[in-house]
Formats: sequence, C-alpha cells, structure tokens
Amino acid sequence: MPATMADPSADLAFRRVRLARALLSDRAAPADPARLPARIAFGLPALDKALQGGLARGALHEFHAIESADAAAAGGLMLALARRAAGARPTVLVRQDFLERETGALHPAGLPELGLDPSRLIVVRARDVASLLQAGVEAARCPALGAVLLEFWGDHRAFDLTSSRRLALAAQESALPILMMRVAAPVAPGAATTRWEVRPGLSRALEARAPGPPCFRLRLLKHRQGLDLREWCVEWNRDRAVFESRHAGDAAQDLLHDRLQPGGASLSRAVPALPADRDPAGERAGSGFRRAG
Amino acid sequence: MRLASVDARGLALGLHPGMTLADARARLPGLPVHPADPARDAAALAVLAAESEMFTPMVAIDLPHGLMLDITGCAHLFGGEAGLMRRIRQRFRQRGYSPVLALAPTPDAARALARFGGRDCLSAEAAETRVLPVAALEAGEETLLALTRAGLKDLAALEACPPGVLAARFGAGLVTKLRRVLGQDNARITPLRHLPECLAERHFPEPVLAFDAVLALVRRLAGDLARMLEARGEGGRRFELSLFRSDGQVRRLVVETGHPCRDPDVIERLLALRIEALADPVDPGFGFDSVRLAVLASEAFGQVQPDFDGHRLEDLALEDLIDRLSTRFGAARVLRAEAEDTHDPVRAARFVPAQSQTAPSLWPEPEPGEGPRRPIRLFEPPQAIEALAEVPDGPPLRFRWRRVLHEVARAEGPERIAPEWWRVEPGTPSRDYYRIEDSQGRRFWVFRQGFYGQSGQPPRWFLHGLFA
Repeated sequence: MPATMADPSADLAFRRVRLARALLSDRAAPADPARLPARIAFGLPALDKALQGGLARGALHEFHAIESADAAAAGGLMLALARRAAGARPTVLVRQDFLERETGALHPAGLPELGLDPSRLIVVRARDVASLLQAGVEAARCPALGAVLLEFWGDHRAFDLTSSRRLALAAQESALPILMMRVAAPVAPGAATTRWEVRPGLSRALEARAPGPPCFRLRLLKHRQGLDLREWCVEWNRDRAVFESRHAGDAAQDLLHDRLQPGGASLSRAVPALPADRDPAGERAGSGFRRAG
Repeated sequence: MRLASVDARGLALGLHPGMTLADARARLPGLPVHPADPARDAAALAVLAAESEMFTPMVAIDLPHGLMLDITGCAHLFGGEAGLMRRIRQRFRQRGYSPVLALAPTPDAARALARFGGRDCLSAEAAETRVLPVAALEAGEETLLALTRAGLKDLAALEACPPGVLAARFGAGLVTKLRRVLGQDNARITPLRHLPECLAERHFPEPVLAFDAVLALVRRLAGDLARMLEARGEGGRRFELSLFRSDGQVRRLVVETGHPCRDPDVIERLLALRIEALADPVDPGFGFDSVRLAVLASEAFGQVQPDFDGHRLEDLALEDLIDRLSTRFGAARVLRAEAEDTHDPVRAARFVPAQSQTAPSLWPEPEPGEGPRRPIRLFEPPQAIEALAEVPDGPPLRFRWRRVLHEVARAEGPERIAPEWWRVEPGTPSRDYYRIEDSQGRRFWVFRQGFYGQSGQPPRWFLHGLFA
C-alpha cells in the first residue's frame, strides 16, 4: 500500500498522480460509508427508476451467465458495477480456480479499459467454492472496501441457503455490495436481493464496423420487492462511468445495416494495417482508415 | 558385516563398533542386531534438536551423534545450570536415550568432555579438560600415534609444550583445537535456525492438553512481544508460534503481515486463523510442555495518525484484511496486479502477492470514445481456432472455437504485436491481433500468427482473450 512504501519518492509520485486524476475527474471517494449513497445507481434514468434508485448497497446480488461463453460479459458487467459502487475504494475479487481454465484468467490490463484502476483491486484465487465463500464473508466485513465480487462455476452444494444468507447478512452489516457471478448454474432460491441474467449485446458499431463500447442485455429474474421483471439493453460508457441506454432494436438495425453495406475494411490501431513487407496494391485503398501510426 | 554402534550393555560385554558381526555372534549367540540406517539416525537427531529448542533458541547438531546447546542466559529459567541439566537428562531418558551430558565454557570443551570424559559433567566449574587423553583433540590416527609415541598422553602434557613447536610439527590446526578444548578460545556454534528478533515463551509445570488454554496463553505471549517490540520501536512482519509437545514433536506455525505490526489482538487473530486453516489439525498428543512465540522479522514501526479524510485508517483496515486472507489461503492466492512496461500483452500485467510492498504502477489510460483495447480475460496459452478470413490480411469472417461456430459481425484490426526479439527464439512470427464481435455480441481477441504466402503453410489463428 502506498502508505507503507519503501521508496518515499515513488509514493509521492503516485499520490500526486492519484490526486491529479481525482481533481480532473472530480471523483474522489467519499470518506465514510455513511456518505455513500444507499443505492448503486446504474446512471441510466429509466433503469434506475424501475429499480427504485438502483441496486441496494448492503445486499447480495447474483448475476447469472447461462452459458460459459457469456461469463466474460457477466464479469465485465460486475466490474463496471463495482466501479459505480466503489468509486476509488478498493475492491476484492474472489475467483474460483476452475474458472481460470474454463473462461480465461483475469487480465488486469483490460481493467483500465473498463474504467477501473487495477491497483485498487485485490484478487483472491480460491481453490474451491467453500473457501471462496469464506473469503467472501471475510472481505465483506472490511469497512474499507467498496465492493466484493465473487465468481464461481456451476451448481455447488457448498453454496446453499445458509451460506447465501450468511453473505447477505455480512453485506447488510457492513453496507457493502456483494456481487456474485455464477456461470452455468441453475437458478435456485437464495438470499440474493436481485438476480439477473446477463448476456452480451451487439455493440454500437464505431467507424468501419469496429466493435464499440461493451453492451449488455440484462434480464431481471428476481427482485425482493417484487418489481417488474423486465429486460434492458445497456451500454457501459467508460469515460463517464455510467450505463447508457441501447435498445435491442438498435442492435438489430445495426446488424442489418452492416449486412447491406458489406466490405467495410477493418480498422487499424496503434500500428499500420498495411503489411510493410508486401505490396499493398491488392488491398482496397481509401476505405476509411480512421487512424494509422 | 560390522557393528556400526553398540549400546551401553554391549560395551560392557566387550563389544565395540567396527567389530565384525560374526565375531560378535561368536561371543554372544543371542545378540540382537538391527540394520544401521544413517538417514533415520539423522532424522531422529533433527527431531531431538527441534525439541531441544525449548531450552535455548541456539541449538546446533554436533555430528555424528551429538547436540550442542548454547545456554548462555537461559539456565536461570530452569533453576540454574544444575536444574537445566537435570531437566534435559530427564527428558531424554523419557525418550529412551541414555545421554552423556557435559557443560563447559566452550563448545569444543563440552564435546571433548562428553566424548572422552567417560561420565557426565554437570557444571562449568567441574569442566576439567586437562586430564583428557590426547585423543580428545580428534586430530586423526597419524597425529594421535605421533603424539603417543612422543609420550604426550593427556592435554596437560600437550599444553606444556611450546605452541610453536606443536604447530611446526602438527600444523596450526592442532594448536587452535587445543586452545579451544582448554577453553582459552571460544568458537561460537552456528544455530540450526536463525535467532528470532525477540521471543516470549512459557513452560508449563505439567503438560497441557486443552488447546484453548494454549491459545489464551498465545495472547499473553503476544502482549509480552508487543512490549518488547515497543521498546525497540519496531513491529513484527513474521511471527512464529512453536508448540513443544511432551513427546518431543514440535509444531511450528508461521504468520506474516503486510506491514509492521505489534497489536496482540491482530497477532492472536492471525494465529487463530492459521490454526483454523491447517489441513492437518494441531494434535496435542499427550499435552504441550511449552509454547514459544517469536518474531522472525521486524521492521521500524511508524505510529499511525489518522489524516483528515480518514484514508490512512482505511488503508490499515485493508491491510488487515489482506493479512487475514493471506494467512488463511496463503500469500500466493491473495494478489494485486502490477503493470510491466512492455507491449507483450501476456507480460504487460502480472500478479504479485498483495502482502508484498511494491511500488504502485501506472496503467495506460484508455482513449476516450473508443472501445476497450485489451480484454478482461486472457487464455494462456492461446487457444487454437479454425478461422476463415475474407482477405488474407483481414479479420476472420467466421471462426470455430470449442466446436461452436461464430459469425463475425464487427471487427477491428490488425494491431500487429511483434514478439520481443531479445526474449524469444529468432524467427518467431509476429501476431496480428483483431478485436472481433460475433452476431450475438460476444467479443473476442483473436490473432493470426504469421502471414499468408510467407511460408508454405497458411498462418494459424488463435483466440487469446475475451472482452466484456
């Protein structure tokens, strides 16, 4: 941690950068939990209104990825929500080892691309679900955290009504949201305040058919207060750290539009797309490269 | 086959090590023999050494079958030197050993007395090494023979010789050894384990079976340690609890903290967590004889003053959490990410134990208005896919991953990432990365290794990561 750094100059530099960032983006964390809002708003008025202000902070929320291929989207949504919930506070992510083989290892370099600071994330690799739940309860009791994320695979007998209730109580006591991702798990009763099904949505195309910001299709499967179970299609705006609306209809139209206009060249990024070692005459020129080099 | 070693009764009957088994059997037909096993002897000696640490932290193994204990400043805990020796002898006899004890001002003198004195020597005042035979110098057969032929029988006679003459004839080693055995020169022992920074311990008058009582004691020991550390202006980073069982087994439990710490509550809680997380629970056996809590590593301890926004206290609460999780699940499972200054996507970020103190790294800022450039999930090694591209240098049109066909709806790329030539084999092809999205909105990070038309084979496609 910065305060116990061995090298004071590095610590100072880090604090300076952190301060500058906080001033620029005006998103300094509130000091005490009492000042954090009781609900985590998505930042999308329609959705927040339907949820009566957003997700309850001191509660357990489940996010289901029905197929393992959707796990990355559900994980991304949870990280984005953690960003909304935690602000600049640290977040603890507990992952089951099995998920690493099945859905890939967490790649910290992708976190800033979602607006999270990887140095504010503590990752716990749990050998099994029992120790994952232990770590979750332990972390949920820490007042310094902004959110606790749990990710595990499948139906597991270690996660029963008792342990789900224990998590919910720990979340309630410390007013800390526990977001739990479950991959390929049957929907079973539990103490979760809300339960969602998460699928990726077709993103808004940027120039030349480039994939845009992450888009999620959320389906509310359960709400403790019996709210309408509806479906939303949201897009994560990393720059403003809010969710924005994206109608499912948009995606279909986009796709249709793409189909009608085939042949859009893919975009180049930090390096030129044209191979330096071959004759580029065969390439289609002038097809809207946004940027090169 | 020869006798490797003989017990006291065997010696009394005239057997000696080195005798052939046939001779020994001829003398004593019913002689019980066991095959020699030096490895198990060494292991047994190591167990005895660990157990002896309840008397002093400085214990060394004195080959081939001795233990050397530096009892400086420890004897008063056991009622003086005599009490300590009594206690040691009683303990070893309980185990079925017949120890020869010698207490002397220097380790070499103690060794010579124990091996060549022929009886116990229980106080330093009585340690008289001058009467020992010259064999006590353990200088080898030839030297021994030469000394005996010269009429030098005991160490007193040797001491009377001018050292210069002895050194000229037998080498300086013999003179040094003589000085050490006579107590004129002190060669310190090298203890088996590093001496702790400070330690607190309690000996029970009777073996204690109740583990709760032991835990309650741990708290008091932690309080003692806290006072010692406070006097030194330090906090401990690594604590070790040693439980000495009455049957000689020693159980050691180590906990680490991410920052210097001396709060007895914290130390006790970490140890309790450690005990709870043990795969094989602590077995009290016939009870614990003594308990020792030691600080193995310490650092300067800065008093914490809360700052105005309370961030400092929050940092502390977080460090506490990291310590608790690391104690329970192991430091290698509680991690924090660190950025590397490299363009190799696999090496760009790595995980380090959250307890380690590392410089906070600065991560690249994303570009406003763009989609994510790097995935949040990475497969290492990358997974091979079958991909079909529209044009040789273009992104795939459709691809098959894990037996599922994905139709590509959006694509961006390539981003060419060449391998770091100073790390890889020459000729490793560079990778063209594409960010693609299939018709269901799943976003992938795929790359093509190599180029079309460069070698005979078509380039291969891999899936490297998944985007949110």
